[in-house]
Amino acid sequence: MARHNLHLAGPLLVLTLLAACGPSKQGAANSGEPYASQYQPLPSEPTLLEGATILTGTGTKLEDTDILMRDGKIAAIGKDLSSADAVRIDAGGLWITPGIIDVHSHLGVYASPGVAAHSDGNEATAPVTAEVWAEHSVWPQDPGFVTALAGGVTAMQILPGSANLVGGRSVTLKNVPGRNVQSMKFPGAPYGLKMACGQNPKRVYGNRGMAPSTRMGNVAGYRSAWIEADEYRKNRKPGHAGENTPRNLRLETLAGVLDGEILVHNHCYRADEMSVMIDIAREFGYKISTFHHAVEAYKIADILAKNDICAAVWADWWGFKMESYDGIRENAALLDQAGACAIIHSDDETGIQILNQEAAKVMGAARGVGIDIAPERAIQWITLNPAKAMGISKQVGTLEEGKMADITVWNGNPFSVYTKVNQVYIDGALAYDRFDRSMNPVTDFSLGNSAFTGGAQ
Amino acid sequence: MKRRLLALTIALLFAVGTQAEIIAVTGAKVHTMGPQGTVDNATLIIENGKVLSVASEGAAPQGARIIEAQGKIVTPGLFNPFSRLGLTEVDMTDSTVDNIQRGDQFAASFDVADAYNRRSSIIAITRVEGTTRAVIAPSSGNNSGDGLKSQIFSGLASVVDLGTDAEYLTKRGVALVVNLGAGGGGLAGGSRAAALQTLRAALADASDYATHKEAFESAQRRAYSLSQHDLEALQPVLSGKIPMLVNVHRASDIEVLADLVEEYGLRAIINGGAEAWMVADRVARSGMSVIVESYANLPKSFDELNASSAAVKRLHGAGVRFTFAYTVGAGQTQNMRNITQSAGNAVANGLSWNDALAAITIEPARMFGLDSSLGSLEAGKSADFVIWSDDPLELGNYPQQVFIDGMEMPMVTRQTLLRDRYMKLNDAKPPAWH
Repeated sequence: MARHNLHLAGPLLVLTLLAACGPSKQGAANSGEPYASQYQPLPSEPTLLEGATILTGTGTKLEDTDILMRDGKIAAIGKDLSSADAVRIDAGGLWITPGIIDVHSHLGVYASPGVAAHSDGNEATAPVTAEVWAEHSVWPQDPGFVTALAGGVTAMQILPGSANLVGGRSVTLKNVPGRNVQSMKFPGAPYGLKMACGQNPKRVYGNRGMAPSTRMGNVAGYRSAWIEADEYRKNRKPGHAGENTPRNLRLETLAGVLDGEILVHNHCYRADEMSVMIDIAREFGYKISTFHHAVEAYKIADILAKNDICAAVWADWWGFKMESYDGIRENAALLDQAGACAIIHSDDETGIQILNQEAAKVMGAARGVGIDIAPERAIQWITLNPAKAMGISKQVGTLEEGKMADITVWNGNPFSVYTKVNQVYIDGALAYDRFDRSMNPVTDFSLGNSAFTGGAQ
Repeated sequence: MKRRLLALTIALLFAVGTQAEIIAVTGAKVHTMGPQGTVDNATLIIENGKVLSVASEGAAPQGARIIEAQGKIVTPGLFNPFSRLGLTEVDMTDSTVDNIQRGDQFAASFDVADAYNRRSSIIAITRVEGTTRAVIAPSSGNNSGDGLKSQIFSGLASVVDLGTDAEYLTKRGVALVVNLGAGGGGLAGGSRAAALQTLRAALADASDYATHKEAFESAQRRAYSLSQHDLEALQPVLSGKIPMLVNVHRASDIEVLADLVEEYGLRAIINGGAEAWMVADRVARSGMSVIVESYANLPKSFDELNASSAAVKRLHGAGVRFTFAYTVGAGQTQNMRNITQSAGNAVANGLSWNDALAAITIEPARMFGLDSSLGSLEAGKSADFVIWSDDPLELGNYPQQVFIDGMEMPMVTRQTLLRDRYMKLNDAKPPAWH
């Protein structure tokens, strides 16, 4: 397959480079906003992958099926497709899934190497720092982006850390390492707001002899912030007496949540704390998109399902801190069974490379207690469900006609430890090819610093 | 009713059977990891907690307890080469953590074996996934502002079995944990050179002490850099009886370590060794072996710039002996159970399946000098084995049954109890009554 592709890539590349020169609709999606996405898809050529096993992300598994990508979009999925101008690639024996999406990453804000100078994820100077934006910390030269790419990851949400009650805005990126963060920003993706429950904020500030030092102090902190934001929002309404209230970055972001424009991503381990957070959201009229690190989500799977809140969990991390003590491997499966939106997330530069493997461990544990999760279902934990949680499921997360052609090609069932990613396409363009060194991007940091490419090896 | 349930739960948490009984496991494919290789349709006979024999279609002795394992896979119990099992419960809760000690009183002689808690929830959770033996090792902690300082010697590691009985200690003091590289430099005052000097000075002092004990006892000898306890602890290292277990990554540090090992005639195991593959021939020549994390492919520090997923294959190609750790994410002690995933990942990166299984069974046993009694299913060795329904290295395949010293281990853990409690949520009564 790779050899075939390599043959044809040369002459066609010239054409597609020319084609990509015009203004990009996607790149313009955020124009008018500050720090808008300047993302430009990589040059692509119409490509037809033939005869693969396809997990569509919609809950379906298709055997011996073709997928056609054109102009960065999925043009067609079906049997025996034909196209006069597409590069045809034999994908017999290979599996194709939507590009993997990680809802919880700190790539770029806690970049490798993990030296103190790269610690840019926690503005741990006040318990509520809604004014900071993760994108202003992202270092695009983090070698972790390219190893994540080799793990099939095409998009991710970069979050601030969890030292604060409100840590700041997240940013959603296409996994196409660029010269600056603007060129990686997922066009049209909504912003997220990072909030954190539990031990971290109360430890960080309690150790300084200031609030919060308890979980009740945490809750008082969130509520005070929302009261302030609500005031600000009402005051700034056109025609209101306080219309000329000075702009406040911190309150602006919080108001964005109350206005439903910014999605809440809430680090919260314990079932009881998640339940309290749901009530806070009710009190102030906002919606929680996702609980992250929801180690105890299985204890309230029904409540999460009823409230339409996703739970992003690790497959099996547990016990490293008190609030993670009750972790169980079946967590995601029990959530799924209860009809809740289950997500496997990484929070880790290695874990992000193997989200498929992490899901597989859960599938196996679930099988042991009679819960059979099919591959076409489990793939949603790392594709559609994170896309939903991040507000980008109209563009990505499933393989459907008209969606962005972000796809990952595997050399077998992605839920086997022996399976490797062969190729990754982002917006229909080949972004990674395991068999072609020139298709293994290398970040500046790794250049000349590493005997290997620094990317896929 | 409630009391009966409790009794049942407690029964499930303890081992079944005694060492004295004879067990015959029949019909499985047994990967002995010994000279017999893989035996199909095998009869594995266990007597007095030891392996008696493995034979294809062998007859079960009269009176033996038969365990039918048709179509199943049997492997030796997994052997974890570096862990804090039984030394920590909740990492961020200091009162439950005993693997770290700071201060000057004990360095090389710091011995964690007596802190081991076989009732830790992590032990059962690790055991049910196939690990039957583990190295338990001390670590050095950063200065916590209490004025106390760790040393480049973390202390002595031991090997334990993960069984439920009090006879858990397989061997005390199997290796001396030493920190070099950036980590050692931090402990030695800021430079990796100082870490190495500290180690050299300690070896010189221990050597001098060995031949002048009497003079030392009567205060007729110069002052040493270490206490008498620590000098004693260094003797088996000096004589090559036990290896140093060295936390080190950078190729240049590994080369210096190789020189030192040869100069003093020592043995060493490299723990981590992200760049060991770059100097694989040098590592092989000095007789060092490596505990590898097969997922390490990022320059997480400047000591690990050349971390590579091809490392395992290259080490193997150079004839270096190695075993696997699993260090992905938080809770590394809690998730040591995932060494099968590390092994499987190495297979995906070009290692043979058999070599990968060897690296988590017989290889660690050999590395710590315990291969005459552990690590493979051979006559006379401890009957640590696992029955799997499918490929043990494949994700999501968990053991059906685990045996340690011939005893059938409970397969219930705190996690299975939590899971079972919350499997159904629509009960009228809160879970606490379940």
